[in-house]
Amino acid sequence: MGKPKRKTAGAGALAALPLYVFALVFVLGPLIYMVALSFMTRAEAWGVVPEATLKNYADIFQPVYLETFWESIKLAVVSTLLVIAIGYPFGYFMAKLTAKWKKRTMLLLMIPFWTSSLIRLYGWIIIFRAGGVFDSCLMALHITEEPLKMLYTYPAVVVGMAYALAPFMIFAVYSSAEKLDFSLVEAARDLGATPWQAFRTVSFKLTLPGLLSGVVLTFVPSMGLFFIADILGGNKVVLVGNLIQEQLMKAHNWPFAAALSVALLALTTLILFLYRKLSGASDLEGLV
Amino acid sequence: MKNRTKLPNIYLGVILALMYVPILLVIVYSFNESKISSVWGGFSLKWYEELFRDKALFQALGNSVFLGLASAFNAGVIGTLGAYGMTKLHLRSKGLIEYISTLPIMIPEIILGMVFMAFFSLVGIPFGMGTLVLAHTAFCIPYVFMLVKARLVGMDPSLAEAALDLGASPRQVFCGITLPLVSPAIFSGMLLAFAMSIDDVIISVFVTGVNTSTLPVKIYTQLKTGVTPKVNALCTLLFLATLALCGLAAFLGRAPKPPGGKGRG
Repeated sequence: MGKPKRKTAGAGALAALPLYVFALVFVLGPLIYMVALSFMTRAEAWGVVPEATLKNYADIFQPVYLETFWESIKLAVVSTLLVIAIGYPFGYFMAKLTAKWKKRTMLLLMIPFWTSSLIRLYGWIIIFRAGGVFDSCLMALHITEEPLKMLYTYPAVVVGMAYALAPFMIFAVYSSAEKLDFSLVEAARDLGATPWQAFRTVSFKLTLPGLLSGVVLTFVPSMGLFFIADILGGNKVVLVGNLIQEQLMKAHNWPFAAALSVALLALTTLILFLYRKLSGASDLEGLV
Repeated sequence: MKNRTKLPNIYLGVILALMYVPILLVIVYSFNESKISSVWGGFSLKWYEELFRDKALFQALGNSVFLGLASAFNAGVIGTLGAYGMTKLHLRSKGLIEYISTLPIMIPEIILGMVFMAFFSLVGIPFGMGTLVLAHTAFCIPYVFMLVKARLVGMDPSLAEAALDLGASPRQVFCGITLPLVSPAIFSGMLLAFAMSIDDVIISVFVTGVNTSTLPVKIYTQLKTGVTPKVNALCTLLFLATLALCGLAAFLGRAPKPPGGKGRG
């Protein structure tokens, strides 16, 4: 028995080699460089000088940048709450469908999910543009007399974010609710629980891992999706993502962009850590 | 009792319908004669004609398709071999490498974009298709790796052991037994990787070269600077392609699955 095992171990090492090399050279390497870069000094005209400094991190604490972080977190919280409100009931109800309808609903979900995010974003421009579909509908219903001009406002960005991220919540909650044994809910009802009590003590508890995973899958990306804030928010909504992009592409202040990225990464890691503590799981539910 | 079961279904239907509204609007306005999309100027196909005359957009489409195929292929090879190798290895570094290689889908894309841009200019790789493929491969690998790993974990190890006992070489076992059993997972992973690659804006914006603009990057710039219904026409065609791909995936999903696997693919 010992011999074939060793043989497969050798083959295994050979097979895993490309992954090892790629992970070390093209994932870990760049990440280490980013951290190093965040401690370097910006050169006068272009590029960086390898002179150690903490200035980039000190800069983050300037009120204007702190405010950007705060705004990003606020937007992420608001978007995530909206995504929960839409996605949790959806994923939960979907798990109660018959197998045939589950399949159909999944397909109907996959089509917009697989459609380019830019196409969907463009749709929202058409809806929110001054005198666009949204304004026309509201005015036709006499809810408002004037066009609301929703494009380039905060609510437009929230809606765009929620729309882009809701499928992740739905998939996460669904994969958790699908494993839920609904006879447990019935048992609780038979034993005298109200529908709300039964939901709270049985269904909600058992779908909590999916919900938490959905929160992570929504919250984390929503701080970096700069193009949604860019296109639906004009220059009114500046997120950490926008700030990093601006520092890289326009201000050419790479060390500061690196320090901002490290700070964002730290924030992300903290969220993932909290998730692990809360759920006790190591993998995100419904990620793939 | 009947009524209570209806309400959730209505909710599902309404949300699903709302998800399609933005997409349908883009399609409807691609047939709009008027250039201003808030005005309906009658049915017209002229934006499709203009679209087919736009060589730059088609070049961008070509770039995107090539990039998606190349990255999905790379990820398929590296991810599958990696997932297989990892099950055979008993090194201490295994968990760490697994963690590092799945990082690209855990951390915000904007950081990945910044990191690659800085790294490639440090190492001196000229920005272009090469950097795009490298960066996209990095975030495509986790999709294949995780799906294949899940499938391998659910696989009955006695199959491979039996083949080894009967004198098959590890390579024969891998090609003759393991690979066919995990192929649905590889396929789903690569399809997902392709979809993620062809839709990516954030990372591409940072690592693209002057002449290698991908389609999402091009559409993004147009959405920012002012957009003509030509983009609607393009989006409509892309949506049809998506529909075809989804149909294909659904069709293949119906094919009988080989026994032994419990993968979620």
